[in-house]
Amino acid sequence: MNAWIKKLGPLIGLVFVFALFAVLRPQKFPTMDNLEIMLLQTAVVGTAALGMTMIIISGGIDLSVGSQVALCTVTLSLLLNAGWTPLAAALGAVAIGAGCGALIGTLITRLRLSPFIVTLGMWGALRGAAKGLANETMVVTPPTWLNKLLNAVSAEHKWMLVPPGVWMTVVLALVVAVLLRYTRQGRHIFAIGSNEQTARLCGVSVERTKLTVYMLASCFAALAGVLQYSYLTVGDPTTANGMELDVIAAVVIGGGSLAGGQGSVLGSLIGALIMTAVANGCTKMDLPNWVQEIVTGLIIIAAVALDRLRQKKE
Amino acid sequence: MHGIRKAFGATQALAGVDLRVEAGQILALVGENGAGKSTLMKVLSGAHLPDAGGMELDGVPYRPRTPNEARQAGVAMIYQELALAPHLSVAENILLGMEPVRYGFTRRSAMRQKAVEALRQLGRADLAPDTLVESLPIADRQLVEIARAVAVGCRLLVLDEPTSSLTHDDIRHLFALVRRLKEQGHAIVYISHFLEEVKAISDRFTVLRDGQSVGEGETPFTPTSRLIELMVGREVKDLYPRSPRVPGDVVLEVTELAGQGKPVRASLALRKGEVLGLAGLVGAGRTELLRAVFGLAAVRRGTVRVGAHVGAASPARRWAQGVGMVSEDRKTEGLALTLSVTDNTTLSRLQGLGPLGLVLPGRQAEATRRWIDALQIKCRDPHQPVGDLSGGNQQKVAVGRLLHHDVDVLLLDEPTRGIDVGSKAQIYRVIDDLAARGKAILMVSSYLPELLGVCDRVAVMCRGELQPARPVGDLDEHRIMAEATGAA
Repeated sequence: MNAWIKKLGPLIGLVFVFALFAVLRPQKFPTMDNLEIMLLQTAVVGTAALGMTMIIISGGIDLSVGSQVALCTVTLSLLLNAGWTPLAAALGAVAIGAGCGALIGTLITRLRLSPFIVTLGMWGALRGAAKGLANETMVVTPPTWLNKLLNAVSAEHKWMLVPPGVWMTVVLALVVAVLLRYTRQGRHIFAIGSNEQTARLCGVSVERTKLTVYMLASCFAALAGVLQYSYLTVGDPTTANGMELDVIAAVVIGGGSLAGGQGSVLGSLIGALIMTAVANGCTKMDLPNWVQEIVTGLIIIAAVALDRLRQKKE
Repeated sequence: MHGIRKAFGATQALAGVDLRVEAGQILALVGENGAGKSTLMKVLSGAHLPDAGGMELDGVPYRPRTPNEARQAGVAMIYQELALAPHLSVAENILLGMEPVRYGFTRRSAMRQKAVEALRQLGRADLAPDTLVESLPIADRQLVEIARAVAVGCRLLVLDEPTSSLTHDDIRHLFALVRRLKEQGHAIVYISHFLEEVKAISDRFTVLRDGQSVGEGETPFTPTSRLIELMVGREVKDLYPRSPRVPGDVVLEVTELAGQGKPVRASLALRKGEVLGLAGLVGAGRTELLRAVFGLAAVRRGTVRVGAHVGAASPARRWAQGVGMVSEDRKTEGLALTLSVTDNTTLSRLQGLGPLGLVLPGRQAEATRRWIDALQIKCRDPHQPVGDLSGGNQQKVAVGRLLHHDVDVLLLDEPTRGIDVGSKAQIYRVIDDLAARGKAILMVSSYLPELLGVCDRVAVMCRGELQPARPVGDLDEHRIMAEATGAA
């Protein structure tokens, strides 16, 4: 019973936010076009949130997601301009992401530094690297099919229902959900986040698992970067500034605990959708940006407070 | 306290408890885990409000709504987990929350003076008030905690399992201190699982069972067996069962092992079908020996051979070689408290719980149910977080993990510490059963009757040196203590 409330909590929140705006702006908010737009807007943060979910469940944090996204839009653009095919350039960007993750994971496990410190450092360093590579300007690229990942579905492709970028997020989410719930690796990630010493006692190779988690998460950040590039159609070293906080907020609203050991893919995606719905709804209500920022902030606090309250009652 | 009742949801934690303690008296509160001792003390110290019943303090109705109110009324609780701020000094800790203040600034000299006064009252004027608490040994931290209660003028002190992490010497000092408090006219409620301690320190006792007070009396005139009967509600026969055991080949051989610090030198040979006990004082290096064997601590010198395997150890390798370990500290190491019973039981061996190397939660729960039944683990369902269970049931989960893994060599570090008699009996039965089936068990315990009751042979560790193992028939508590303290 309680387990169900926990699982449904974020979903109830999403339905509530949705219903609220649907009632307030029935002509503008609950239209098919707007729904599609909201899914598009969620894809980037949602993809990055998949990685963050794994990290937070393992008891860690990654503050450098936004910088990683920016670095990937830049490297992707530079590779395209260097004559790489779009697919190769995208894979190249993901490889850069994997490299970032390997670096972060190695620093955390070898030097025994806290993830907060390591990724705070990376937040600055990777942003700087992106700016350096891009010569502090936007990297303009020729149009390719990559730019269409997040375009609204055209009339002749109606069978796709949503744009390919959204499908990519959905498929990746399924993969991560299965990984977390139905594989040894996944159970090990939960165990490490719940109690690292217990995991070690039970023969889990804590260091290797953590390294894998950070590498995978950075690959997801890189894929989020590919989507972000698709949306921007240029490489922008200043993009996704502060996105790490949106990503963390999505995971936390979705039931992730910063103490580790708790969180779910579905929850994080719903968390990301709630934030998009609030932002989108506020725009449709013609509310200024600052109102929307206050509302989002309050939702984060309320979501965690409700969760605490529920646990206390138990 | 009379007729105290308290329910949590559908669970009646306290169903009518009467308790009385007088000034200058030490009352022992005993009962199995889950009998309601902690809840009762939380009612007494203001952390819970009772549903029914009343309390009087010095003949005046007393109904604290918060721990702070209780403290002001003169009732202080000293918990198992010490509640001190490690980065603050002794004096700051003693006066935390009631610092003498002038013009908004703390008065350091007045603070020191008050702290020194409280420490002197406890006979420990030698403890410097400026020392940082983190640099103190655990026994002194406890003293600081007690000083904190004395400094506010508390007259009723509740000590909850105060000796669970103390050495023999520390326990002696603590007992002297408790008697001193008694002579100063304090009333003391002493909660302990160790009936020997209860016998040694208390004047009267009250036994709780299933949330009710089922007996009280004068401790000196009550035999220990009577106390146990009252606690479990039935006669305990054969607390230590002993099936026929046939020692087989040596499966674990430790030769001249030395770790970083401790152990200094340890050699032992563990056979199939036997239980080998490791006795010694807390800090003698027994835990370190087990950890070194299991690959959780570094080995400086010497070898460990498991079956045919020699060489570097890691917990993962040991599990693969059929060795499992139960940690002495189930809360910080033994169990992942926020994870389910199922996850905790199956964590070391998730293989074979689904097709294609997947782990199916249904299969996981199925595998766990077997051990829930076998060990009589009380839980709502296998997916309940292990942190919700009582200490005894938690420990059974930790043991269940080794059974699920089906290990051949079990390293058990204080497997029954801090758990109720019923759970202890259950664990003894499991150990006996495993030994009879040819498993090898190496067990550390500080509780001598248990070692003598469960083991076939016992080796004593003293200052990091392991003495040769001897059959339990040649040993008694005095000889073990003599060896452990280096007197033999």
